[in-house]
Amino acid sequence: MKTMMAAAAVLFLVTAVAGAQTPAPAQQTAPAGNADSGAKVWKSVGCWQCHGYEAQGGAAGPRLAARNLPWTGFSAYVRRPANQMPLYTEKALPTADLAHIYAYVQSRPAPPQNIPLLLK
Amino acid sequence: MSRKRSVDRRDFLKGAAVTGAAALVPDAVAAAAPQAPPAEAAGQAARPAAAGAVREADPLVEVSETTDRPGGDFMVDVLKSLNIEYVASNPGSSFRGIHESIINYGGNAMPEFLTCCHEESSVAMAHAYFKAEGKPMAVLCHGTVGLQHAAMAIYNAYCDRVPVYLLAGNSLDATMRRPGVEWAHSVQDAASMLRDFIKWDDNPISLPHFAESAVRAYKIAMTPPMMPVLIVLDGGLQEDPIPPDVASRLRVPKLTLAAPPQGDSGAVAEAARLLVDAQNPVVVADRLARTPAGITRLVELAEALQAPVVDQHGRMNFPSRHPLNQSENAGQLIANADVILGLELTDFWGTVHAFRDAQHRTSRSRIRPGTRLISINAVDLFVKSNFQDFQRYPEVDVAMAADAEATLPALTEAVKRLATDDRRRAFQERRARLEEAHGRARQAARNEAAHAWEASPISTGRLAAELWAQIRNDDWALVSESGNTSGWAFRLWDFDKHYQHLGDSGGAGVGYGAPAAVGGALANKKHGRLSVNIQGDGDFLYAPGVWWTAAHHRIPLLTVMHNNRAYHQEVMHIQRMANRHQRGITRANIGTTIEDPNVDFAKIAQGMGVHAEGPITNPRDLAPAFQRALAVVRKGEPALVDVVTQPR
Repeated sequence: MKTMMAAAAVLFLVTAVAGAQTPAPAQQTAPAGNADSGAKVWKSVGCWQCHGYEAQGGAAGPRLAARNLPWTGFSAYVRRPANQMPLYTEKALPTADLAHIYAYVQSRPAPPQNIPLLLK
Repeated sequence: MSRKRSVDRRDFLKGAAVTGAAALVPDAVAAAAPQAPPAEAAGQAARPAAAGAVREADPLVEVSETTDRPGGDFMVDVLKSLNIEYVASNPGSSFRGIHESIINYGGNAMPEFLTCCHEESSVAMAHAYFKAEGKPMAVLCHGTVGLQHAAMAIYNAYCDRVPVYLLAGNSLDATMRRPGVEWAHSVQDAASMLRDFIKWDDNPISLPHFAESAVRAYKIAMTPPMMPVLIVLDGGLQEDPIPPDVASRLRVPKLTLAAPPQGDSGAVAEAARLLVDAQNPVVVADRLARTPAGITRLVELAEALQAPVVDQHGRMNFPSRHPLNQSENAGQLIANADVILGLELTDFWGTVHAFRDAQHRTSRSRIRPGTRLISINAVDLFVKSNFQDFQRYPEVDVAMAADAEATLPALTEAVKRLATDDRRRAFQERRARLEEAHGRARQAARNEAAHAWEASPISTGRLAAELWAQIRNDDWALVSESGNTSGWAFRLWDFDKHYQHLGDSGGAGVGYGAPAAVGGALANKKHGRLSVNIQGDGDFLYAPGVWWTAAHHRIPLLTVMHNNRAYHQEVMHIQRMANRHQRGITRANIGTTIEDPNVDFAKIAQGMGVHAEGPITNPRDLAPAFQRALAVVRKGEPALVDVVTQPR
């Protein structure tokens, strides 16, 4: 049951973010952010709690690393999440910090390929 | 029980206690002492109850101080007849009689006494043992303090529909209690504190009564829906000699287990018709597989329909690598289904609805209008009202109050009879689509596990992959998985045997994981299976003494600590509240994390005689640590590897 709900949550969030991927190009430009600062904010505001320290995702929140999420959908979802994610208001997470988080998420590398342990 | 005894059992501890009691007798009683009959006469006949107080203080009364046939011996005879292999217990004076009978008269075999350090551990061990072995373990505890310690674990077993055979000591006769502690350990109605979450209880007042109730309790516990039962054992009944008039009447009643209830034939036929006609049927299983046959029967039904199966993991229901296992695609399948068959679901409503935990709580249906729902669930036969584990009311179209495992053969046969050639062709086409989807889901899981592969704290995906690499060629069993590792084992490992996964606690009462692992591993021991446990840190800290039990009884078990240094579920709840109240989460660690100091689990385990190492923070150190620990486990001992992990 837990696994099923988690899978559903992942699907829903990714779909929701993807659904918000069609704004005008200007809206897709993220404010300037710094990945190192974003790493600190990622920890201080608790993104890691559901998405993991490396944004790799898990049962409680989907992977955000290596997804190339557009800024508009990303920021809109954080401000008004549609599913189980707690909402982050401007007061709780100023846009400047959110931009740092976005830079951090965007900086997460793609995973290594063909890991022998994962082929068994 | 008879009080015509050769000696007052409460004149215990020989001379010191008797002397003390004599010193405390009231003047009126003491004055009566010289008037007592000669010793030789006093020992010949039982005294009226009114004279009992006199006798208690009378040093001149000659009574036998020994017996070679106490009531506890007969209780052991009854337990042996029930084929009970173990009795888990933290020792207590209210059941000292049967304790002594088990270890001496019974030879400490069938049942064998397991020394536990907490009653919650005893019950959780019995809980998981049942799910691995298929028969109940007994638990002995005090009727007052013991049952209160045990209560949370009993509630877990109740919610998980697992029989635990509870035996509780008590002293009913107030005039026979030792002053002091025995009064605090006595209770009018021991079962009252549990009656909302056990299936049946009794308080026998004679040995024949005990025999009948003990066998009845076993039968009730083992009839679906299975749940814990309790027999209260009066101290006198355990300790006193079996009176001759009672001995002649003692017999152990025959146990005949009730056949599990099958679904009504008309309802089975209707369910089969809906499933055969469906374009997008989905089978969802939660606590389906009571026995190994449960897996086989579900595979037969799924293959008869070539229908997708979603395993909610309340039990090991369906092979993880079977092409029809579509648990990874559950959300999409349920959203598109036209018929959903729920087999022993804990929460059918929650399966077909989404619920949003926000300031304004909302829910929405996850299924299409007109989707037909079929439920087969033994819990419909027995529901209690106070504790609310029964979940939201599910509006289904066909409801069978029946045991799903017992009903599956008839349902499968009905499906086969109804399936025309056209439908079978459609089934095969569906199978091909599902095989592709299964393959994609497996590949997606591998891709996901690769993220954060080198991270420290170590990712739960890496943890699962490294552990799988070490055990995959053994006859392994994941006996417990507490602390949420994002389901990586189910996504990466090849589960296909009933004992390879034992479900969870049932009631989500934290503290189940560690003792459940020990109980499951104990069941696996005689089968030569390699037991592994992924252990939440917060869960373990409830009653860590169970590691000593594992070491003492030489229970082979590899425990891998999923040490995220928090009650992480609660961290997320506090975050949710703080965000909702716009106060920031910088203080969400207060009351939720297990840091400052970090717990050194390896030292704790070593202190209890368990091989242990860690904390491990570099993922590349996992494999050699697992190999060292498994070498110990394969020799028959418990071992632990403490791994500092990502939160989920």
